[in-house]
Amino acid sequence: MHSAIVAPKGIWWKPAGRQEKLWVTIAFIWCMILFAMMPFWHLRGGQNASGIRSRVDPAAYVARVERFTQEYKVGEENGIPVVAPPPGSEVYLLGRMWSWSPILKLKQGASYTLHLSSADVNHGFHLFPVNVNFQVVPGYDYGLRITPNTAGEFRIICNEFCGIGHHLMTGKVTVE
Amino acid sequence: MASTTVGSIAAVFRTCSVTGLKVNRDAENLIKVNAVFAVVFFLVGLVSALLLVLTRWQTVHLLSAEWYYRILTAHGLNMLIFFIIFFEMAILYFAGPVVLNSRLPLPKLAWAAFALMLVGAVLVDTMVFSGKADVLFTSYVPLRADPNFYLGMILFAVGALIATGLFFASLVVAKQEKTYEGSVPLVTFGGLTAAIIAVITLVHGAIIYIPTWLWSLGLMNVDPEVYRMIWWALGHSSQQINVAAMVSVWYLLGGLTVGAVVLNEKISRSAFALYILFISLASAHHLLVDPGFGPSWKVVNTSYLMYMAVLASMVHGFTVPAGIETGQRLRGLTKGMFEWLRKAPWGDPGFSGMFLSLVIFGFLGGVTGVTIGTEQINMIAHNTLRVPGHFHTTVVGGTALAFMALTYYVIPLIFRKELRLWGLAKIQPYLFGGGVSIFALSMIYAGIFGVPRRHWDISFAAAPFKVEFHPAVDLFMGTLALGGSIAFLGGLIYVLVAVLSVFFGKPLTDEAIRKGTAHVPQGILKLPPQSHGEAESAAVHRSGTPGTLVLVFVFLLVFAVYYFTNWKMLSLVWKIG
Repeated sequence: MHSAIVAPKGIWWKPAGRQEKLWVTIAFIWCMILFAMMPFWHLRGGQNASGIRSRVDPAAYVARVERFTQEYKVGEENGIPVVAPPPGSEVYLLGRMWSWSPILKLKQGASYTLHLSSADVNHGFHLFPVNVNFQVVPGYDYGLRITPNTAGEFRIICNEFCGIGHHLMTGKVTVE
Repeated sequence: MASTTVGSIAAVFRTCSVTGLKVNRDAENLIKVNAVFAVVFFLVGLVSALLLVLTRWQTVHLLSAEWYYRILTAHGLNMLIFFIIFFEMAILYFAGPVVLNSRLPLPKLAWAAFALMLVGAVLVDTMVFSGKADVLFTSYVPLRADPNFYLGMILFAVGALIATGLFFASLVVAKQEKTYEGSVPLVTFGGLTAAIIAVITLVHGAIIYIPTWLWSLGLMNVDPEVYRMIWWALGHSSQQINVAAMVSVWYLLGGLTVGAVVLNEKISRSAFALYILFISLASAHHLLVDPGFGPSWKVVNTSYLMYMAVLASMVHGFTVPAGIETGQRLRGLTKGMFEWLRKAPWGDPGFSGMFLSLVIFGFLGGVTGVTIGTEQINMIAHNTLRVPGHFHTTVVGGTALAFMALTYYVIPLIFRKELRLWGLAKIQPYLFGGGVSIFALSMIYAGIFGVPRRHWDISFAAAPFKVEFHPAVDLFMGTLALGGSIAFLGGLIYVLVAVLSVFFGKPLTDEAIRKGTAHVPQGILKLPPQSHGEAESAAVHRSGTPGTLVLVFVFLLVFAVYYFTNWKMLSLVWKIG
């Protein structure tokens, strides 16, 4: 036996000891459990970020958000439109330097397809205090089926660095 | 000092009086400059770290927003790229020519590679500190920096690629000139693993930074999602060079400090091979909640194809401490389960730093990384403080601490100097490892409450919609500052010891080693035996490593509890998908 700075001579491909074999086997089984959990959650779990993914021209996405805002607008807060889309509808949220628009009013227990994209650079969607996070990438539309299971006032925090005003970028969602 | 002529090439060697290795003068000088500049860039990153900690601690909130993001950019680049890669180049010059008793081929090219890296790093830092590259470490397109920023990154990557190529060349030269018998030692094999991963990484760096440089000059377009995918094959894979290099350093220091043995070459080398094959898939860890990739791509890649790289780390996590335990038992520390650990040289920073690095990397870094790198669990972790919490336990508490521990052996062995501030050096690993652990755990807990990473003001004082975090967050941000400051102190002591010893240290003579001096690690004064007779080792191997077995099962328990707790937390959030 020798240390790791000594060059082994002859054939070193030798059977492992009992304890090494035991640990390698246990570690292998644990790795398979770790792997199996992800497909399992796709089948049985309630939180999967697969979504509907497509490319979108940033200008076209901005126009789509504007149409959506016009259609379901119910008010305004801090200069940002408040929108109440019907349950089951497609909801469009826009991240841009440095705001989230529009403000969303959703119904508890109803399902929506929440579309996320950006008009300029990468942003990060963080729903507070639920703590779910998605990357918001310009040129890509990320449509996620969401079902709010808690009522109240929520915040959207940008958690991807997007320039000097990054820390000012908060939005709002209410669930009734 | 002896001059050996190989064909028409003259190479100068000295014989190391501690290890008996033949040390090539060119390789030795390159180890020195790379190590010195690693420490210089570490100091830049370290001062940045303190400024960041004192800004995120809202009670002080030191920097302006502009300077916070600027310093954050500098901290990431100087620590994760410049410090680490300069140090790794030093390790490659050691693991190749020195360990193999060989000359370094093409020394002039090696100096050119070093110069390219230095010019690149200085150019990048100039751009960052003059405010022309406020794009953070990741520089996600289409955030735009000055073209010279990308150019500097390219120069650095090309230089590192050449130096890595010379490591491969030195393996060929050593083999041809028969400077060693048998197979390369495990440390060199680990270095080879790191070098292969480095090639994969640096090539991706070139693939992404060259188009991005052209984009910044207005010559072409770069898709933001394609950028993220390829950039992370640099950004994450470069951390996998660290993992392979760090594991090699664990094996190396185990041998030098307590005569740790390699239990089974087959197992340890196969584990390194698993790293080469699978670890680079981990760039997917950053893309799990991205719109550009489907679930099967995410599941296959984030798991390194069924967690084969995690298996590799779990294997090293057993074989390294088991090798230490066996080495100690061979030296007569056979009582009970833990005499080998209790009577380990805890006052030798080479040993304590290595062992703390192993524990912090495994228990904190590995467990949190695998968990938040799970496809669905990533939804409750992405871009929160849990992410930097995780990687400060792998790359700082793990890799950086292992490299610091190695420094305490490099200074006497390569620079041939006694250590200055020896008393402080002895406590340095505890301060740094302890500080980083408190700091990182605080980030992890704050992140669980949703606190974002890379954010100047979580009081949201000027934001249109106010956000009020759970009161516990204030506590965690306070302990973050406390741990960060302790780690800063540990880092500062490291820089002081290294600089004072190298430039103002007392030369270490063979006579001082023979007579014994108080200012070098004990492994230098009395190197533990590096080889043992077959009969003796077989007997010790049969009795096994009960202490290590207990430690790894505790580890598995912690892992399972943390992992499934996170699935439970995920199940409580809104229904998605």
